[in-house]
Amino acid sequence: MANSSTEKQSTNDFIRGLWEENPVFVQVLGMCPVLAVSNTATNALAMGLATAFVLMMSSTLVSSLRSFIPKQVRIASFILIIATFVTVTEYIIQAISIELHKALGAFISLIVVNCVILGRSEAFASKNTIGRAFLDAAGMGAGFTFALLCLGAVREILGSGSLFGVPVLGTHFEPWVVMILPSGGFFTLAGWLLFFNWRKEKKKIQEKRAKAALAEV
Amino acid sequence: MNQKDNQTSVAAPNSWHMIRAMGGIGLLCGLLIVMTYEATLPIIDQKKAEYLEKAIFVVLPDAASIQPFEWKQSGEFAQAAGVGVPGRLTFAGYDQQNNLVGIAVDARGQGFQDVIRILYGYSFEKQAIIGFVVLESKETPGLGDKIEKDENFLRNFEALDVSLTPDGSTVANPIVAVKNGTKTESWQLDAITGATISSNAIANILQKSTAEWMPALVENKTVFEK
Repeated sequence: MANSSTEKQSTNDFIRGLWEENPVFVQVLGMCPVLAVSNTATNALAMGLATAFVLMMSSTLVSSLRSFIPKQVRIASFILIIATFVTVTEYIIQAISIELHKALGAFISLIVVNCVILGRSEAFASKNTIGRAFLDAAGMGAGFTFALLCLGAVREILGSGSLFGVPVLGTHFEPWVVMILPSGGFFTLAGWLLFFNWRKEKKKIQEKRAKAALAEV
Repeated sequence: MNQKDNQTSVAAPNSWHMIRAMGGIGLLCGLLIVMTYEATLPIIDQKKAEYLEKAIFVVLPDAASIQPFEWKQSGEFAQAAGVGVPGRLTFAGYDQQNNLVGIAVDARGQGFQDVIRILYGYSFEKQAIIGFVVLESKETPGLGDKIEKDENFLRNFEALDVSLTPDGSTVANPIVAVKNGTKTESWQLDAITGATISSNAIANILQKSTAEWMPALVENKTVFEK
């Protein structure tokens, strides 16, 4: 019984960030890289994974040091930990590909100020066990990567006629250049937010109808 | 312990605990960064050298092979062991018949955000810059970073005049950035609207670099020839 409850809690910790409280589509956080680095699916995936890595590592470390960090210096400590993992990530990306590092540009360093990461350290990791903090961060990281990939895929397909650099719409397709420009980021994000809100509203109406039907019975 | 005591304990924490936490985390973070830096440095250096080599072929499109040359303090060029070796390097490009097609020059200078590092190709035949690539830049995304990909701006480098004065001592017309759409001379850079500071930064970097390198390159042209 206890095992089943723990398992359910772990699943909830992970799923919450991935879907119900998706940092981009539901919480609308960390918009700077979401809009700027989602012009291709490859850039979006790389930025999503880099952010997820920093999120998981910093949440795990913050959680493991939570009893060691006095409240008065917690923000400074969290920022120091996050900045460290961002620097580590920057070196790793450079070692993987200089071109990728150049494509992501200043946005790798800007992961330090991504409010999703500091937000999860402050609101969750500093108050929960290492396991729960890691699962929460993994869920949020996966949710952030998923959201970036959703934007990157749409923008690359419509803006370049390709996905991950592979042509998918044929030579007759005239690319919508606006989609890979900054304004295309806003259009695509608006489309996805519309879709997620429509689903949420639909679910609410269904629940309301089900309740009403139950009351009639 | 009453409520007042609780408030006092929160307002006045143990200073040693705060210093210990910050110092300990700082030490741990420092160790982590240095260890990662040491582990990734050789790989990054190798990747950077490969990236530079690719860029050389972009700025010297007719080149089939390259040879790095180091500028010695004695004021002469000598062949260098490789693209990634330390020192002040220039890169000579040769076509299939081993004829010299030009020199790629590495230059850097202050941009809007941070130092911009560029590579440009110089053609002896045209006495002009014939290629340009940004190697490192942290210019503002969406504005200053247009210096890397704006097609109109990159068109400036198809034949940017850097010919020398008749005595060969200096560049006859230093490169200058002009307002977008007002370029009239072959040594002018058509700036990017909305990225004036970054455009000016590129003009300044090129102006300083060409003033320094062009006379030396032309004077030592025979050293580069195979």
